[in-house]
Amino acid sequence: MSTLKVAIYPADHTQGDEHAGCTLVEYGDYECPHCGHAYSIVKLIQKHFGKRLRFVFRNFPLNESHPHAESAAESAEFAGAHGKFWEMHDLLFENQDRLSGDLYLELAQELQLAPADLQRALEQRKYRSRVRADFTGGVRSGVNGTPTFFINGQRHDGPFEYEDLEGAIEEALA
Amino acid sequence: MAEILIPGTPAPEFTLHVTPDQSLSLSELRGKPVILAFYPADWSPVCGDQMALYNEILPEFQKYGAELLGISVDGVWCHEAFAKDRHLHFPLLADFEPKGAVAQRYGVYRKSDGVCERALLVIDKNGTIRWSYVSPIAVNPGADGILQALDDLPK
Repeated sequence: MSTLKVAIYPADHTQGDEHAGCTLVEYGDYECPHCGHAYSIVKLIQKHFGKRLRFVFRNFPLNESHPHAESAAESAEFAGAHGKFWEMHDLLFENQDRLSGDLYLELAQELQLAPADLQRALEQRKYRSRVRADFTGGVRSGVNGTPTFFINGQRHDGPFEYEDLEGAIEEALA
Repeated sequence: MAEILIPGTPAPEFTLHVTPDQSLSLSELRGKPVILAFYPADWSPVCGDQMALYNEILPEFQKYGAELLGISVDGVWCHEAFAKDRHLHFPLLADFEPKGAVAQRYGVYRKSDGVCERALLVIDKNGTIRWSYVSPIAVNPGADGILQALDDLPK
């Protein structure tokens, strides 16, 4: 059974109560269609469990199959450095079918972040090491594709439709 | 059912086609750790399937100087098309004729389905198996076990 090797730490992107009974960690890729599918499911799961659930998103871009995954992840990290990680995370998934340099700049504008700063950060690969750190931690933890979920530190194997995640989280909370 | 070879066992030698006109023998890699990843079939329909995942993780394996070999019963042309489509940067070996013969020697052939198990082995630089693992066929095992096994190899 694979377990999460990198505990939740302050630089993580988290939503929800840090004392929640259950922590759901997703290793995801903005260009992966399965992650796009999981995106809306996680929203429903968060709504359903409310304060009982904390959600953490970590980057796991599969660059060989998804040419925009890395730049999207770095754009989200740029937004994160300006306190708008989740806004960018959501917009990237909602616009998953048109990921591109132009889209990132457009989204930055929409979030009132300076597009020129984002462009520079992407060119200088400013957030590459952050994304890489998520990735290697994920590999060590047994991430086996995207998305991979960990529920209270245990890798969730099998399907991740709403009922599957809901059931597994209920079990973790019991 | 056959059992996967256990740590301490010398890794059985094999020679398999890696491209239509090239073969690779395990003994050619003596002196380096070798990761054998047996898997059921090319063209698994999911994103980040096992081979695509290992492709992404290759730099982590290379830190240990390790060579990764994927092995399935698919033929060389199938492997070639699959590797090209997924941009794989490591060899896929065709355990094609006689079908599954190498997998059988390692105890990782599923006779009922005619495919390899989803099985991992780490072989040390002297050709001895140091770690082996069979995953449930539907579960991509990830790479945490491989990296742990590489960590545990005597330096």
